[in-house]
Amino acid sequence: MLRFIISKLGVLIPTFLGVTLIAFSFIRMLPGDPIELLAGERGVSPERHAQLMADLGFDRPIWEQYFSFLWGILQGDFGVSFTSRTPVLEEFLTRFPATVELAGCAIIFAALIGLPAGIIAAVKRGSAFDHTLMGISLAGYSMPIFWWGLLLIILFSSPDMLGLTPVSGRLSALFWIDQDTGFMLIDAFVSDEKGAFKSAVSHLILPTIVLGTIPMAIIARQTRSAMLEVLGEDYVRTAKAKGLSPLRIVGVHALRNALITVITVIGLQVGVLLAGAILTETIFSWPGIGKWMIDSISRRDYFAVQGGIVLIASIVMTVNLLVDFMYGLINPRILHRR
Amino acid sequence: MSEVQNTAEQSSVPEQISPLRQQFREFWFYFSENKGAVVGLFFFLFIVFIALFADLIAPHSPDQQNRDFILIPPFWQDGGSIEFLLGTDAVGRDLLSRLMHGSRFSLFAGCIVIVISLTFGVLLGLSAGYFRGFYEVIVMRVMDVILSIPSLLMALVLVAMLGPGLRNAMIAISITYLPHYVRLARASAVAESARDYVTASKVAGAGTMRLMLVTILPNCMAPLIVQASLSFSTAILDTAALGFLGMGAQPPASEWGTMLAEAREFILSAWWVVTFPGIAILLTVLAINLMGDGLRDALDPKMKRS
Amino acid sequence: MSLLDIKNLSVEFQTAHGLFRAVDGVDLEIDQGEMVAIVGESGSGKSVSMLALMGLLPWTANITADRMLFDGIDLLSISKKERRQIIGKDISMIFQEPMTSLNPCFTVGYQIMEVIKEHLGGTKKELEKRAIELLGLVGIPAPETRLRAFPHQMSGGMNQRVMIAMMIACNPRLLIADEPTTALDVTIQAQILELLGELQKEKGMALVLITHDMGVVAETAEVVNVQYAGQQVERQDVVGLFDKPQHPYTYALLNALPERATSKRLPSIPGVVPGLLDRPTGCLFNPRCQFATDKCRKEAPDHASKVLCHYPLVDGKPTNNHPGVSASDVSVSGGAV
Repeated sequence: MLRFIISKLGVLIPTFLGVTLIAFSFIRMLPGDPIELLAGERGVSPERHAQLMADLGFDRPIWEQYFSFLWGILQGDFGVSFTSRTPVLEEFLTRFPATVELAGCAIIFAALIGLPAGIIAAVKRGSAFDHTLMGISLAGYSMPIFWWGLLLIILFSSPDMLGLTPVSGRLSALFWIDQDTGFMLIDAFVSDEKGAFKSAVSHLILPTIVLGTIPMAIIARQTRSAMLEVLGEDYVRTAKAKGLSPLRIVGVHALRNALITVITVIGLQVGVLLAGAILTETIFSWPGIGKWMIDSISRRDYFAVQGGIVLIASIVMTVNLLVDFMYGLINPRILHRR
Repeated sequence: MSEVQNTAEQSSVPEQISPLRQQFREFWFYFSENKGAVVGLFFFLFIVFIALFADLIAPHSPDQQNRDFILIPPFWQDGGSIEFLLGTDAVGRDLLSRLMHGSRFSLFAGCIVIVISLTFGVLLGLSAGYFRGFYEVIVMRVMDVILSIPSLLMALVLVAMLGPGLRNAMIAISITYLPHYVRLARASAVAESARDYVTASKVAGAGTMRLMLVTILPNCMAPLIVQASLSFSTAILDTAALGFLGMGAQPPASEWGTMLAEAREFILSAWWVVTFPGIAILLTVLAINLMGDGLRDALDPKMKRS
Repeated sequence: MSLLDIKNLSVEFQTAHGLFRAVDGVDLEIDQGEMVAIVGESGSGKSVSMLALMGLLPWTANITADRMLFDGIDLLSISKKERRQIIGKDISMIFQEPMTSLNPCFTVGYQIMEVIKEHLGGTKKELEKRAIELLGLVGIPAPETRLRAFPHQMSGGMNQRVMIAMMIACNPRLLIADEPTTALDVTIQAQILELLGELQKEKGMALVLITHDMGVVAETAEVVNVQYAGQQVERQDVVGLFDKPQHPYTYALLNALPERATSKRLPSIPGVVPGLLDRPTGCLFNPRCQFATDKCRKEAPDHASKVLCHYPLVDGKPTNNHPGVSASDVSVSGGAV
């Protein structure tokens, strides 16, 4: 186990340093003067320019700048947003729960539909259900989700059509609740406001479907192929020779083995989810980190972008590491290896 | 030595045609077994045809603004007109013509992204797998870094750095796809360099470049082609996404994602300006993915079973 | 009435290149407590016929038979559910590859208890007790601790013992062992065969041993069924078979045994079992048969006869007016010249 951790860290630490280097060089590689870029169209006086250069450390040698940037990160200082003047970490943390809530719901939605669909398709290989499902999942995999979101808004939110779900945000403006956890579902549930929870749920439905579509397609396809592989294994034949019911053979003997790959696939969707979150949050005005990154880029708030890259990449790396651990935990062949 | 090789090559030239044809026939046998792949192929050829002859077949110019015909619905709806089959947008441009011309952007972007990422990815991956050592570690760590940043965010940041526009969007997307090719090419190169035929041609005195490009590369083409077909479709999606976010092709270009971004404000009043560009993206990407599935069946024997 | 009665069993597979007949008119009759060996090279359809009996073939297989009775129950007509109540309980089967035939995700104990629970039921304690007992019975040391072991933590031989424990858990009346020792070390092979023999006598169950190893047959079986290319070519009791093989294939198989070799180089049978695309006309064995005549190349021998040959051997010489090639004239390939 210890060797596993050390070997993982041996890869993670250089990767993390590489990410900080990319984030760091981002501002420095922008064409033109950094201060003028940051100040935008307003412009700055020469005195203010010199002042800012010194404040932000742009006048120091480049390697010194990098090490102070790195040193700051290691102490939890990701810089200060240029537009809001709040620490980047604080900005990130206030928006992070919204993204976690959305991504969590999306992956649960994707797994709840993708897993059973993939299993049934594998068991009924070659059937009409199999072909239909594989067609649908390929369409899901090919979906431009920014358009998918707009289409769902037309269908479900447009007053001319169904008019069921709200178009943007996390909660109706009619409610005002304390955001203790940052997770709207929980906050709305524990609040005294009647109907707040229902409102929070209805705001979540469309973004969840939009963000969950591609992972759902991937999970369905991967589950199907993993199950097909496992169903051809010798131990499935043994299970049949034991006279077990088909439900037990598929649901216990085959599924347990197929899940090893499928769970890994689900875990590795975090990068896809975060990329998708940028688009989904933009469409639904969802106040999460995806929208924050887009806004920061268009506001030219490069310090926020710089810190955001490091934070998001760290999350991706952490989750991938956890998936690696989990793979060991659910796969007895690795767990008990000495 | 080289003389012997040459004569061997020359004498086998007339025979080489038939194995190639044989190979193609076998490829087509497996490919055509997958009916979806054939449908995808024909739809894709259809799109290519439209893109090539958009100037001739499009009923209007994509940029011609007909101020008298603003937001006209498709012809089958009340107020629609046969002149504008799929309706017009907010400044009176014919939607169908814009979609036809838009296919050029998507296919172009897809091709360029593949060419860039495939070329550089294969070169980096092959050399990493061939030379090993410190060089390999550096290359692979850099790829890990790229992979740890969500692709769209990476592309956005790169575009912010380079400046918005279709060209820069393509470069940015190519960079985010590099790791897949590098990993594939490296893995194949590592596996193949251990084989006897590589040792044999090394002994025969083949140079490094020849070994890498002539001896090893052809033997790991199959997974690379499959990956290329996959990234062709994702490249189209990502180009459109960047266009939608205002970081890709800039208006008035009729790139499908850019068209969607312009149409967003009419989402509740004029459904057609939002719906059709999306359908165009979806169908194109779906066709390419269907083709990719067929390619995988035909080229990758390991995956044939499922 | 015999325990198992199979008459004219055929199994065909639909393949991309046409219909492939893997088993062709096999008869098998086994009495209570009898020990039968089915012998043949790989590809001769030994396993397929038994998998067909168990209902373990994929749906692409087309199984036909005049009769397939187990203890008077017609296995061809019963429902899948009824078959499941027999499979694993009254008829069970162990396979060639112990390492892959056990589920890697579950403990050995779980997999044994599962089958008992399915067919006989019982509380968790009873199941556990029975599982320990079974593991002891098949000669696994410290069965209490092994209960919680995963298959990958044990050797191939141990896993095969677990497999046997699992398959005798419900006291089957017929146990089919499909090359149970092929994947194991030679020293372990003898132990496993011995164990199977002991269990068979102790429990009074019938045992079908599928093997390609004539040595194994000589040591264990009572009755031997020789199969070639999906056809049963000869059936005899073991003593008769070794003393007076009647089919040229059996004769050649026996000659290939090192113990029987008379020359310096070990004789072998040239060629391989015909597959889908190189199936000969006439007798299926004729391309490899040292006694083959034009008749053999044109006409297939009658299925009804006891030995599937136009010229059954007596003392190594073909009878029935064979036009005259004697065994001594033709050396089996590889024989000393």
